Amino acid sequence: MRQNNILEKLTSTQLRTDIPEFRAGDSVRVHARIVEGTRERVQLFEGVVIKRKGAGIQATYTVRKISSGVGVERTFPLHSPRVDKIEVTRLGRVRRAKLYYLRALQGKAARIKERRLDVK
Amino acid sequence: MTKGILGRKVGMTQVFTESGELIAVTAVEATPNVVLQVKTQATDGYNALQLGYQDKREILSNKPEQGHVAKANTAPKRYIREVRDAEGEYSVGDAIAVDTFQAGEYVDVTGITKGHGFQGAIKRLGQSRGPMSHGSRYHRRPGSMGAIINRVFKGKLLPGRMGNQKRTMQNIAIVHVDVENNLLLLKGNVPGANKSLLTIKSTVKTNAKHPEVKMAGAKPAAEAQAEEA
Repeated sequence: MRQNNILEKLTSTQLRTDIPEFRAGDSVRVHARIVEGTRERVQLFEGVVIKRKGAGIQATYTVRKISSGVGVERTFPLHSPRVDKIEVTRLGRVRRAKLYYLRALQGKAARIKERRLDVK
Repeated sequence: MTKGILGRKVGMTQVFTESGELIAVTAVEATPNVVLQVKTQATDGYNALQLGYQDKREILSNKPEQGHVAKANTAPKRYIREVRDAEGEYSVGDAIAVDTFQAGEYVDVTGITKGHGFQGAIKRLGQSRGPMSHGSRYHRRPGSMGAIINRVFKGKLLPGRMGNQKRTMQNIAIVHVDVENNLLLLKGNVPGANKSLLTIKSTVKTNAKHPEVKMAGAKPAAEAQAEEA
């Protein structure tokens, strides 16, 4: 749903402009800042983007990875200041916007074809 | 002593706090209110400020209204409300803007809740439903009307009109004050539909002790004003 103009203007100051273009199926490396007590450190979260959701400041994306045999999904707000940067490591070719079907697959079956930019 | 302002609910959105959390906020637009009358103990029996919010066309106002606002040298107002025992010295014609409040303060917000029309006892009063199966034939009814005395006791919970009532939510934190655009950002939700009138007053319960939340990248009101000057 399109947001009200006043709200759009209000939240526009908090939107990040340094976010690379990526979509569901792409593999990303998220540099998430984590606060442990008083210390702050950067934790890498690397996996496949299984969905992008929302618009404006509400936009989020979910990254799925397999951590020691267990599937882990983490949803980040797209414009979160707690994320240092997002690196896109691989472009994937998929035919869905939401890749929930990956949850039922593992190993070879869960592979995603690479997307080439020059292919028409 | 209280501070108060009248405003219009713009809608809800989310903002990042200074700690990087994404929280839900309600934006309230409060273009400067005009003090229409100062009531005092001596003349009126109590102390209050009468505030007017939002101009309306002259044709929508009658002669007495026009005379009343003429004293404050302003246009007729759509909404007029009082704030009892208001803080600070004001005289008729003064403007009260959002900068009376600061981020981190706590307020009570009064509004008219959304009307839901005629609703049953389950939605309106939170009663439980009967079993849908096993031939109970009793699904969403309001229960027994009591002993047979040819009347129903007063106060028996029954279906009826829901919502469209004046309600006050207490202890709502102000997350951000946008002086330039006359906006207040309140943490969480407030009563009423978008565009409806809200009365915002400093909270009557002063023991508010929540962790302070402020919008990230926001300038304090004083700084923003200094920049304009």
